[in-house]
Amino acid sequence: MSGKNLNLTLRVWRQTPGQADKFEDHQVSNVSEDSSFLEMMDILNEQIVAQGGEPVAFDSDCREGICGMCSMTINGMPHGPVPGVTTCQLHMRNFKDGETITIEPWRARPFPVMKDLVVDRAAFDSIIQAGGFISVRTGSAIDANIHPIAKDIADRAMDAAECIGCGACVAACKNSSAMLFVGAKVSQLNSLPQGKPEKDRRTLAMVKAMDESKFGACTNYGECQAACPKGITLDFIAQMNRDYAVAKVKDFFKSTGKKRAGGD
Amino acid sequence: MKLDSKIPSGPLKDKWTKAKFEYKLVNPANRRKYHIIVVGSGLAGSAAAASFGEQGYNVSCFCYQDSPRRAHSIAAQGGINSSKNYQNDGDSVKRLFYDTLKGGDYRAREANVFRLAEVSGGIIDQCVAQGVPFAREYGGTLANRSFGGAQVSRTFYARGQTGQQLLLGAYSAISRQIGLGQVKMYNRHEMVDLVLVDGHAKGIVARNMVTGKVETYRADCVVLCTGGYGNVFYLSTNAVGCNVTAAYRAHKRGAGFANPCYTQIHPTCIPVHGDQQSKLTLMSESLRNDGRVWVPKKKDDCPKAPASIPEDARDYYLERKYPSFGNLAPRDISSRAAKEACDDGRGVGPEVNGKRLGVYLDFAAAIQRYGKIALLARGKQAGETDEQAILRLGEAAIAERYGNLFDMYACITGENPYKTPMRIYPAVHYTMGGLWVDYDLQSNIPGLFVAGEANFSDHGANRLGASALMQGLADGYFVLPYTVPNYLAQQKAGKTPGGVDLDKANGPFDKVKDEVNALHKRLLGIQGKTTPREFHKRLGNLMWEYCGMARTKEGLTYAIGEIQKLRTEFWKDVKVVGTAESLNQELERAGRVADFLEFGELMCRDALIREESCGGHFRSEHQVLEGAEKGEALRDDEKFSHAAVWEYAGFDNAPVRHVEPLPYEETVRSMRSYK
Repeated sequence: MSGKNLNLTLRVWRQTPGQADKFEDHQVSNVSEDSSFLEMMDILNEQIVAQGGEPVAFDSDCREGICGMCSMTINGMPHGPVPGVTTCQLHMRNFKDGETITIEPWRARPFPVMKDLVVDRAAFDSIIQAGGFISVRTGSAIDANIHPIAKDIADRAMDAAECIGCGACVAACKNSSAMLFVGAKVSQLNSLPQGKPEKDRRTLAMVKAMDESKFGACTNYGECQAACPKGITLDFIAQMNRDYAVAKVKDFFKSTGKKRAGGD
Repeated sequence: MKLDSKIPSGPLKDKWTKAKFEYKLVNPANRRKYHIIVVGSGLAGSAAAASFGEQGYNVSCFCYQDSPRRAHSIAAQGGINSSKNYQNDGDSVKRLFYDTLKGGDYRAREANVFRLAEVSGGIIDQCVAQGVPFAREYGGTLANRSFGGAQVSRTFYARGQTGQQLLLGAYSAISRQIGLGQVKMYNRHEMVDLVLVDGHAKGIVARNMVTGKVETYRADCVVLCTGGYGNVFYLSTNAVGCNVTAAYRAHKRGAGFANPCYTQIHPTCIPVHGDQQSKLTLMSESLRNDGRVWVPKKKDDCPKAPASIPEDARDYYLERKYPSFGNLAPRDISSRAAKEACDDGRGVGPEVNGKRLGVYLDFAAAIQRYGKIALLARGKQAGETDEQAILRLGEAAIAERYGNLFDMYACITGENPYKTPMRIYPAVHYTMGGLWVDYDLQSNIPGLFVAGEANFSDHGANRLGASALMQGLADGYFVLPYTVPNYLAQQKAGKTPGGVDLDKANGPFDKVKDEVNALHKRLLGIQGKTTPREFHKRLGNLMWEYCGMARTKEGLTYAIGEIQKLRTEFWKDVKVVGTAESLNQELERAGRVADFLEFGELMCRDALIREESCGGHFRSEHQVLEGAEKGEALRDDEKFSHAAVWEYAGFDNAPVRHVEPLPYEETVRSMRSYK
């Protein structure tokens, strides 16, 4: 704890339906270095409200880096300059007194801006709805210890499952690709024995939903991995590509094969 | 107010089986004619909505976040309890039941707690089948860890993110149902009122938080899974959006609110850094396995660097007061001890508003201990002294256990907890009180069900670690899918109790909708000088000071008066900018703060009348004055072995207190002792 305070200039993106989009400059003073970036935004908003203006709309909820709701592009980087943290866990001691900070929403076609810094990430939900699950009804589960799962496989599934669905990967990608997000979920479920029965169907359905939501293709820049606050790595994209290729080939042969007569 | 707990007769172990058999069923072909509204998409809400969808009902689910995956269940760190007994260490349904009941200081309903323990095994099966990557042993079976308040190892976990993984499991289940068209999801919609038709809950009014439009939604019943009210304190470990609005407005429509004064203060949170703080962050209870809690013996030492304070000038107060449990004393007791030390002027860390509110959680001894063991096993590197090797190896051992928590601490405070002790202080974490429900999780309003943290039934006056996740999923997956159809089977689908088509019963819906619109208009029209956040902070300070870790008659009486004044001021001077029909986060906040300003008073009233100390509710007047248990909470089973259930009586009238006795059929109550 330093107890030092900062004076900053903020260039904030303002966007309201029916009005011209613009950057707006604001001065904020006496920001504690121990404050989080979002607490600094709270101060800004209290200040704007006191002056009778409309506060900057932005998303946040848990403020401890796990819900994935906060979404700001800070000085051109999703979640700001510190690797491995969400905006809510970015603290002001990472900035200098007198600095100008540029704050924008996620910039990606599949995430339309609703107001100011608030974007619509419903496209992520629709990908999960297409296949990001294991089809098991409540009550029909078998005993949890019946399938032994090797520790390294369980650990790898957990590495993939850490994704918080914030969308920083898409915002960081020049193609607005969602491959890191989809790859993580596909890899988690496909690598577990419980997820194997639906592996091919899941992979094809999720990739299809991803394409339908107008996410771009992956061209291996790796910006997504650099921006990810949870350390999701590119090899999950590779795993999804492998699973997709296999599923696609199987699907091809299945579709040309003769249909079996009914009645079995 | 009629409070019939509907506890089935017979021995505890047979009650749930009996109830399940006696519940009425809805034929599969008829289920699609019924419509269920679920509010909230956390563990209880998502699990319930998904399960109803699987059964064939039409479900509408509402959440205020942009996706059901963001609900605050996601932030739970430690784990989920289940009486699987995979460790072969003596666990059983009965033991989990007993630990939970005792942990709650014998203020929970016995039959509900037993059922919770009974269905806990199925939860783990269900989650594993969904692909939740729980921690595993090398042999491939599930791993467990220990948690407070139990002598068995029954906690299942997924690193430090168990809540996240369980919620994502439930989210995948509800997503599947959304994809199949069984569940319709309303993201960014906030429930702002409940609609009763002929005395039954038949729908809600919700505000679309993007367009600002207020709409009515009709259904055959309503299920609230809207979480706890910890944010009445302004600062808590809850998400900043968590609120009491859905539950409180249901309360204003007639639902009883039970035990609002039961709040859990968690002992290990990162201290407040100043006025700009918006929320508090928990450091998992598991840290107390290896960390030693201390403050300086002398006030003069408090501003000094911790390393410069010699061993004999430190007060390891938990080890001193509770030699047998030491640093692992339960949450409520550890929290109070930290407060006492700081009130005594011996708190540490920077001064915030003239006070040092923090105690050290020191890992130096553990680093030395683990380092010495590792040195024997692995030896030192070339050119290293023994001391250097011990430090290096010891820090590595601590990193392996708590690495992610240490990183989080360093990120938030800018300090390195390997080199200097962590500073921690208690913070509001969970609320055990909630809307009153019977054994079927139905409130006193027919057709209104309440589950998860939003209800009151399972944790009594204190919740044990790793039990919140268990309760949310138990309610959502295994209780509501039996009890809600039992209610529906007695209703005609799509009809009011009076037999009118719900679609045509516009009167009650329009009336409530008009009231909501009028409320928003009123809030926007005041045009005062003080922001909703400022009112919220002031309320939070009052609540923390007088209705926090230790409560007195005097303080609570004072707080009630102050809250009333603050509320009057709010309705004269609040400044809400923007318009009703747009994305307006200030209006959202104003509505929630308005409810907190009423609810805070209810909490104080409940705490004032409960003239005893139990679990998280500590009345300074009621503690053991002499002997070995001096300073401990003094329960009064004769007078207060009941749930207090409050009935709303109007904005200016005092609420009415009702009582549900808590008879213990098979359990003998004892005093909790951790000396």
